[in-house]
Amino acid sequence: MSAPVDPGTLVPQLRAICGDDGVITDIAQRRTYESDGLTYHAAVPGVVVLPTTTAQVAEVVRLCAAHGVPFVPRGSGTGLSGGALPRPDGVLIVTSRMRRILEVDIAARCAVVEPGVINLDVTRAAAPHGYYYAPDPSSQQVCSVGGNVAENSGGAHCLKHGFTVNHVLGLEIVTPRGEIVELGGKASEAPGYDLIGAFIGSEGTLGIATKITVRLLRAPEKVRTLLAAFPGMDDGGRAVSAIIAAGVLPSAIEMMDALAIEAAEAAVRCGYPSGAGAVLIVELDGPAADVDAQFEEVAALCRAAGAFELRSASDPDERARIWKGRKSAFAAVGRISPAYIVQDGVVPRTALPEVLARIAELSARSGIRVANVFHAGDGNLHPLVLFDDSLPGAAERAAEVSGAILDLCIEHGGSITGEHGVGVDKACHMPEMFTPEDLETMAWLRAAFDPDGIANPEKLLPTPRLCGERPGVRTGVHPLVASGKAELF
Amino acid sequence: MSGEQGAMAGPGASASRRGGDPRAVLEEVRDAIPLRSGAGDDAVGGVVPALVAAPPDAAAVAKLLAVSARHGLTVVARGNGTKLDWGRPPRRCDLLVDTGALNRIEHASGDLVVRAEAGAGLAELDAVLARAGQRLVVDPVVPGSSLGGVVATGLSGPRRALYGPLRDLIIGMTVVRADGVTVRSGGAVVKNVAGYDLGKLHTGAFGTLGLITSVTLRLHPVPSAARHVWARTTDPATARGWILALLDSQTVPSAVEVDWPVEGPIWVQVLLEGAEDGIAARARDVADLLEGAEAAEEAPPGWGVLPGRAGDTLLKLTCAPPDLVAAVQTLRTATERAGVPVAVRGSAGAGVVHAAVPADADPVAVHGAVSAARAALPRGWLTVPRAGADLLAAGLDPWGEVPGLPLMRAVKDRFDPRNLLSPGRFVDGI
Ligand SMILES: Cc1cc2nc3c(=O)[nH]c(=O)nc-3n(C[C@H](O)[C@H](O)[C@H](O)COP(=O)(O)OP(=O)(O)OC[C@H]3O[C@@H](n4cnc5c(N)ncnc54)[C@H](O)[C@@H]3O)c2cc1C
Repeated sequence: MSAPVDPGTLVPQLRAICGDDGVITDIAQRRTYESDGLTYHAAVPGVVVLPTTTAQVAEVVRLCAAHGVPFVPRGSGTGLSGGALPRPDGVLIVTSRMRRILEVDIAARCAVVEPGVINLDVTRAAAPHGYYYAPDPSSQQVCSVGGNVAENSGGAHCLKHGFTVNHVLGLEIVTPRGEIVELGGKASEAPGYDLIGAFIGSEGTLGIATKITVRLLRAPEKVRTLLAAFPGMDDGGRAVSAIIAAGVLPSAIEMMDALAIEAAEAAVRCGYPSGAGAVLIVELDGPAADVDAQFEEVAALCRAAGAFELRSASDPDERARIWKGRKSAFAAVGRISPAYIVQDGVVPRTALPEVLARIAELSARSGIRVANVFHAGDGNLHPLVLFDDSLPGAAERAAEVSGAILDLCIEHGGSITGEHGVGVDKACHMPEMFTPEDLETMAWLRAAFDPDGIANPEKLLPTPRLCGERPGVRTGVHPLVASGKAELF
Repeated sequence: MSGEQGAMAGPGASASRRGGDPRAVLEEVRDAIPLRSGAGDDAVGGVVPALVAAPPDAAAVAKLLAVSARHGLTVVARGNGTKLDWGRPPRRCDLLVDTGALNRIEHASGDLVVRAEAGAGLAELDAVLARAGQRLVVDPVVPGSSLGGVVATGLSGPRRALYGPLRDLIIGMTVVRADGVTVRSGGAVVKNVAGYDLGKLHTGAFGTLGLITSVTLRLHPVPSAARHVWARTTDPATARGWILALLDSQTVPSAVEVDWPVEGPIWVQVLLEGAEDGIAARARDVADLLEGAEAAEEAPPGWGVLPGRAGDTLLKLTCAPPDLVAAVQTLRTATERAGVPVAVRGSAGAGVVHAAVPADADPVAVHGAVSAARAALPRGWLTVPRAGADLLAAGLDPWGEVPGLPLMRAVKDRFDPRNLLSPGRFVDGI
């Protein structure tokens, strides 16, 4: 590898690889790729390529490697941690022209897809056979399976059915050196290290997934959904604990607070019970007899916890009505606030009441409103920190509240991200959760795949440039240990 | 035998014991950590370790490895010792680290999470969890296994068909690296995407990337009812039809097993778990998919354990469920030609089964049969997790051809550049 060159000089060779229509150099067109779903980070990519085959991806990467030019993979650009933030000195490799579903093998209960395939299209292809693809991020109508693999995306139903990593059987990847490697396939447990497990969630830093074999699940015999309205968050929280303690495993348990309900009402008139301080959506799926028995149990537990209204749905239309408010919640806060930050943190389920109370305190003290919409079943919080970006200093104060919420998650033995990933957004928070040695070990994995450091640099792991000379170096006892929440041995 | 030769030429193969006698170099930790000379029954795949250490806690493991690494000693970890003869024998074993004293269990029942040390037995773990009506859905395929042992060998049982393999239940891990530094990945919550999931790499790595000291796992509630349903057939095509019909049904079996003994009919066995109210109806639905089905609350004989007898040569076959019956037939044809009996059992639902060949079978014949079956099957489908010394001497490569090997070597070279951890036990002599 020689000294890095301006990616612009590679354009003739990139055109030879991807064709004229597969290379974007025009500044206005390049600018449309300047950020992903996290719009406050932006950078115009040096060049954008739109390959159509694995061979083209490999050739582009080999060219980058030969010239020391960094590359950034991008799927649909819906990521919320800036993972697909381009580099002015690099090539953005977009998978949006790799959208073929190569195979739907119902007998083997799997599908083989290209990385740009939209998540929901996998389920659409399987549905006529009575099957579906389980990971269902709220962005499933637009996000790509390749992006899901890179972020290990989950969805409302991952409480029971797991995340992307639990549903990928095989990967074809292009390594940061431009080699095409086939890992796994329709057969599980290929001999050797579980490189599929290591690759999933690697945010584009270990290479590009070019073909993905995903598991398909048989559609359940019955699905029932319950909407329960409670006077306050505490009551809803008690119901969640009671459901878990009873040994019921719903496919989803979602919760919204009064502010989130207000926003959803304003946006989509979801018609949730008025006066609710919290609503809980509980969905059960499985054999009909099991679902019916558990549904009665869940309803009774909600009533006992103080629910003042219960609604149930057992056909798709009714279900959609219940989910409407929840699914629109993020966009809906735009109706009640000019600007907002979506946070993504995790706490142990038992710490939920305490952490929600602390968030409320934070909000009261700072005067910054926080709406809570979250995956209550697995303790994955999505606080929406609301602010008015026309007021000076408001954005900064909101960012402070948002950061303080992450601190709360760490303090309670949780995680700085449950599904949106680290990207650029949280790279500098990594040292709050991991020791320098933990991070060093992660860097070993990265170096094994990418010795030259050209695959999505400065994402996922903290670097001195991003985070200061010695990024958040921790001295003394690890906070998780100090708080008694983790790794006592 | 490309593996062994490749490894010999590898970067760490010539790592020498700079300090000479392991006993002398470990003198400095002697006070804190009980040490003794290795004996015959400490052997790892026939290799007797020079020393056996029983560190009292995880901190002592780190201290021990830091010192032993400084002197270039090779290290193998032992839990309950039930699978020490799996994989290849280590090229050298200066120090065997017994994790038996690392047996603490911390159950966060409200969070459906447990953190347990590597030496904890699966059975002890189960007893603790059962008190709260919870369980770790890891079937004890080899009775007496420690948690560290099943994680290091990546061994999953029947319920994997519904709950996924062991690796899917692991949410955090603490590992002592080759240089004696303790590191953590993952966390204590089920949903977490912060950083690389290094626990996945250690699962099934046979201790070649680090010494696992504790694991955090997600738990499930113990269902209120369970029912076993099974049927027998002598016709492989019928067995295949049943398996596919079961998987295509909406009965949500926790397990779909196949038990294909040396002689006699093929058993297809189903486990249903769930609410008491629904279980009888589900069992009827399952019985309707089979012919001559029987049902009981107790498991049929041999349920959930390896086929054959202790000490048998153990093969592992993985494929997509629709290919399973044909793949087993390919294996049986190869063993029949070689005059060797084979018994098969495992998860038809997940497409992962084990096959047992008697330990005293002619090694040349077994090697020939494995080679013939491998030639007829796609690469990576057939491995030999446990093979005796004579079979290895006959030239058998337990792991066969491994896709993605250069990346695996690159990972090993970063994590353990001097090849100190379980050298040679894993694929291609890693
Ligand atoms: C409204 C909204 C709702 C959302 N809801 C959820 C949710 O419920 N659950 C959830 O988990 N996420 C959610 N997300 C986040 C986002 O949709 C997911 O992270 C998604 O998986 C990103 O897919 P993408 O195709 O848009 O990837 P991009 O944003 O294009 O890229 C994401 C990362 O993946 C890398 N990448 C992309 N393709 C590849 C590839 N083929 N190989 C290697 N690396 C690649 C990129 O470099 C980047 O680091 C939501 C986002 C929005 C905007």
